Amino acid sequence: MNTIALSRPGARPRRMVHAALVLVAMAFLLVFLLFPLAVVFAEGLRQGVAAYLASIAQPEARAAILLTLLVAGIAVPLNLVFGVTAAWLMARFQFAGKALLGTIIDIPFSVSPVISGLIYVLMFGAQGWFGPWLEAHGIRIVFAMPGLVLATVFVTLPFVARELIPLMQSQGAEEDEAARVLGASGWQMFFRVTLPNIRWALLYGVLLCNARAMGEFGAVSVVSGHIRGLTTTMPLEVEMRYNEYDYVGAFAVASLLALLALVTLAIKSLLEWRYADALAAHAPGGH
Amino acid sequence: MQISNLTRRFTGFAALDHVSLSIAPDEFVALLGPSGSGKTTLLRILAGLDYPDGGSVEHEGTDFLAAPARKRNVGLVFQHYALFRHLSVRENIAFGLRVRPWRKRPRRREITERVRQLLRRVQLEEHGDRYPAQLSGGQRQRVALARALAVEPGLLLLDEPFGALDAQVRVTLRRWLRELHDESRLTTIFVTHDQEEALELADRIAVMNKGRIEQVDTPEALYQHPATPFVCEFIGKVSKVPLLYRHGRLAASEWSLPKPPWADGYAAAMAYIRPEHLCVEHDETRPAWNARLRHIYLAGSVTHLDLHVASLDHSLEADIASEELASLGLRPGMDLRISPRRAIIFPHRHGNSDLISELRWEWRDARDEGAEASTCPTPILST
Repeated sequence: MNTIALSRPGARPRRMVHAALVLVAMAFLLVFLLFPLAVVFAEGLRQGVAAYLASIAQPEARAAILLTLLVAGIAVPLNLVFGVTAAWLMARFQFAGKALLGTIIDIPFSVSPVISGLIYVLMFGAQGWFGPWLEAHGIRIVFAMPGLVLATVFVTLPFVARELIPLMQSQGAEEDEAARVLGASGWQMFFRVTLPNIRWALLYGVLLCNARAMGEFGAVSVVSGHIRGLTTTMPLEVEMRYNEYDYVGAFAVASLLALLALVTLAIKSLLEWRYADALAAHAPGGH
Repeated sequence: MQISNLTRRFTGFAALDHVSLSIAPDEFVALLGPSGSGKTTLLRILAGLDYPDGGSVEHEGTDFLAAPARKRNVGLVFQHYALFRHLSVRENIAFGLRVRPWRKRPRRREITERVRQLLRRVQLEEHGDRYPAQLSGGQRQRVALARALAVEPGLLLLDEPFGALDAQVRVTLRRWLRELHDESRLTTIFVTHDQEEALELADRIAVMNKGRIEQVDTPEALYQHPATPFVCEFIGKVSKVPLLYRHGRLAASEWSLPKPPWADGYAAAMAYIRPEHLCVEHDETRPAWNARLRHIYLAGSVTHLDLHVASLDHSLEADIASEELASLGLRPGMDLRISPRRAIIFPHRHGNSDLISELRWEWRDARDEGAEASTCPTPILST
């Protein structure tokens, strides 16, 4: 009884502080995240489900969705391969220029996407360095799909590598070495030991990379040229519709992008829940 | 196995400096040395995880270094286990068999059976389905051993196998490993910085320092007849006493020795004296140090005596059996005359304090001759 009586006076204010902090965090999330998200769907559905569906079914919208999927479908696997390779190099080897590679991987994070888009226009545009040569050979990069892919690859380059490098560095090379001494070939080592050890970080990196690839606006906007039905991705389509005062159409496409983000989140949570045991086995200290 | 002139340089220093060592089949060899002495580098080269800048390793008549790690058929146990964290204990042990090319891969049933036998051998039958994270340190190390043994290696390499375990588990696992070796007769090389571990386990010990092998010998020979100043200091306890050459004798204040075996020109020397070789001198005619017994440290079966020699301005340590403590009537604060019965002495030139290992002198008091393991005559106090 004594201890309860003694602990009460101190416990109450602490519990109140605790509750207040939770309240602040929740309010913040509500105002800055959930409310805008709700607005996107509400605005899209303002004139009813039929109008919503009709605006999504328009050919330009369908072209934008397909283009977005295509660009992400090319950019994400490219950055998956690049990210794993770069992380492997950074975490396992000592070589001249290692610090430089680390810096280069971070460039897309530190440079404004608009500038990265401009770089591609400068290099491959009609007035650019390789412009005349490309034109002579009938290759279009800027204001076409290849330009969109290049810009997206550039902007999303760090996601996978940055997710993997700290993990692979902390895990060290010992398990890989153990596999080799036990007789595993390079590929066996990679697929049986290295990859399983990084799979969760890799998946997370790919999800983030994909979300950014589909949602990228700045860099893509510069190299796209805004040719409707040909070079407009979903974020660009949203902007164009908004500028044309087609609010329902803009929010309808925007809601699809928001939906994509929610699905990404759901998949991640589902995987975490489904493989909770395996994740626990991966906890630090589990080596 | 014959290791010849292995050299490995890292930027700025030589991790291995012309290391040669021959290892007999079935032998249990320890590479003992402080951190940075090159012992782990040597082990990694043998495992195929690192490559030397020069030298060769011959194993059963073939050039061992020419084969990549995966073809060497060695078992390697890491200090931090390096178990595959995403695989169960069972799958960890089976790994080396599963990655074999299908022609050499045992049947599924044989793999299961082999894993079962190994689990029993490392006393982890109940834990086959657990993950490494769910095991204690000692259990993980046994899984690592089972995994290494599963491929039936021709050579077992252990890198500080007990370094990360607590003292009790370490001793148990050590005995168990020795028994395992006596059963399997598998050539084993293990790296350690713990001399007790090396002395207890190994048939022979190679003491390494700064990329070189200082001495290779049996544990007993290494302790009784250390070959270099480094080995004197690294193995067991030792008191260092500087000696000066004067009037045909080597002297350290009141105590002195007759003429050393080396020629003139070596102005000074260093004597290494083991605690069990420092005795009370009853013969008044013989030279001895006047010491004051400052402390008596009872450490289980052995008692350490802290003897301060004022003329040396230095404390020397003497060990006696704890049983004798009472009968000797030793008390802190009493004055004693003490002298060593044995010492290892290395000379050095005037103005250069580098001791010359080649001129090592294993000195013994004439009264100590005959007894192999010298102890002071008891009771050491007759007064």
